[in-house]
Amino acid sequence: MKMLKTILKQFAHKPVTTTFPAEPARHYDATRGHVVFDPSKCTSCTICMKRCPSQAIVVDRTAKTWTIDRFRCVICNQCVELCKFGAVSLATEYSVCGTPAERDAETFAITYVKPERPKKDAEDRE
Amino acid sequence: MTGRRTVVPFGPQHPVLPEPIHLDLVIEDEHVVEAVPSIGYVHRGLESLVDRREYADFVYLAERICGICSFTHSSTFCQGVEGLMSIEIPERANYLRTMWGEYSRIHSHLLWLGLFADSLGFESLFYNAWKIRESILNELEATTGGRVIQGVCKVGGVRRDVTNEFLSGMDKRLEGIESDIQEMVNVFLNDYTLKKRLVGKGILKPDDAYNLGAVGPVARGSGLCMDVRTSEYLAYQDIGFKPVTADGCDGYARCEVRCKELFQSVDIIHKVIAAMPDGDVAVSVKGNPDGEYFSRSEQPRGEVIHYLRGNGTKYLTQFRVRTPTLTNVPSLIAMLAGTELADVPQIVLTIDPCIGCMER
Repeated sequence: MKMLKTILKQFAHKPVTTTFPAEPARHYDATRGHVVFDPSKCTSCTICMKRCPSQAIVVDRTAKTWTIDRFRCVICNQCVELCKFGAVSLATEYSVCGTPAERDAETFAITYVKPERPKKDAEDRE
Repeated sequence: MTGRRTVVPFGPQHPVLPEPIHLDLVIEDEHVVEAVPSIGYVHRGLESLVDRREYADFVYLAERICGICSFTHSSTFCQGVEGLMSIEIPERANYLRTMWGEYSRIHSHLLWLGLFADSLGFESLFYNAWKIRESILNELEATTGGRVIQGVCKVGGVRRDVTNEFLSGMDKRLEGIESDIQEMVNVFLNDYTLKKRLVGKGILKPDDAYNLGAVGPVARGSGLCMDVRTSEYLAYQDIGFKPVTADGCDGYARCEVRCKELFQSVDIIHKVIAAMPDGDVAVSVKGNPDGEYFSRSEQPRGEVIHYLRGNGTKYLTQFRVRTPTLTNVPSLIAMLAGTELADVPQIVLTIDPCIGCMER
């Protein structure tokens, strides 16, 4: 009977749950959702691959690809903290669900082009 | 007389058990004479991975030892490495760790209260407890970025800071949460049905609790004043701390301790936020751990010990964890002797078993 007050209060209250996916999932600015990769900034330094605690990232320097296995990734933010070039960032939305067959490892072709040394610099060396 | 004895297997798959543990219950006329536990269903070998992950990266693994007390595991591991390397972490990091630790204690206790209500078939109370827990998880997500696996501790401090404005907002919201908790705890401590299922069930005498090495709410429910937070780690030395105890020695006393600890944690968070020092939240770490260290802290379920040994390389050579559930299993066996078969599920739950944690 002690519970009755709480139960009756709930009748006048709107549902506490949300109707996901019709309504988007709630998240905060700090939420670690999923890893986003910017292929134009990656210099293939491979620090993210070496320090990934779940070994989810593979960087192929010869093929110029950056691959992430979303099912291995634990979204710990380590690659984002380590990347000096800002190529990896975190989005606040959770990644969409799926089975490994549907969502295999995602591969990005690295489009980063090393900027040419400014001419003045080269002349100075000579 | 032995002819009348039967053995009833309990678990590893049982409706009240969220995780697998097996008990062979020796029954005589519906009364339990003896319970023989067997464990090892979810052993993952996490401790042996320590020689394959750098000590700084192992924090993520230490955090995943348990899905509920994840924050305490990561902070205990970091505390151990910091002790090995003689690192002084900033005061603000200490206070933030204390605050998150207490938030995770509230969420763990609310989870247990919910599961316990569910085991009695009290569904509305179960949903109410988890509804309140959701607001605690929201605070954790907004400050750390993760709901249950916070991933915010690192060797040398914490990885995220919280602004002072946000902290005062949290302080205000906590008052609303506290009144919700008050309403729910009133049901747990005074409801007729719950009392009927808890009072006088699963007796653990103080002497038995001490001799069998009970820790956490199980020990405190038997009147033992044992809490690692009195040993003044993190910010507890500045805050001041007195453990909650109950003298009932039964299931009700253990439930009462957890209910009262909810208010105590809320109180500690208020004090921590009021006394939060300014400054950095992390120091840079150089070098590798060398030597051995015992790191202790109080989890929602009791005392946890992390043993670490390093040899001056970036890989630790040995890592051992003693979790509170493992320590409480002998007490559980003592509690079960002489009880009725129908009470066994509730008595097993009163030690708050966390098997994933226990077997690692």
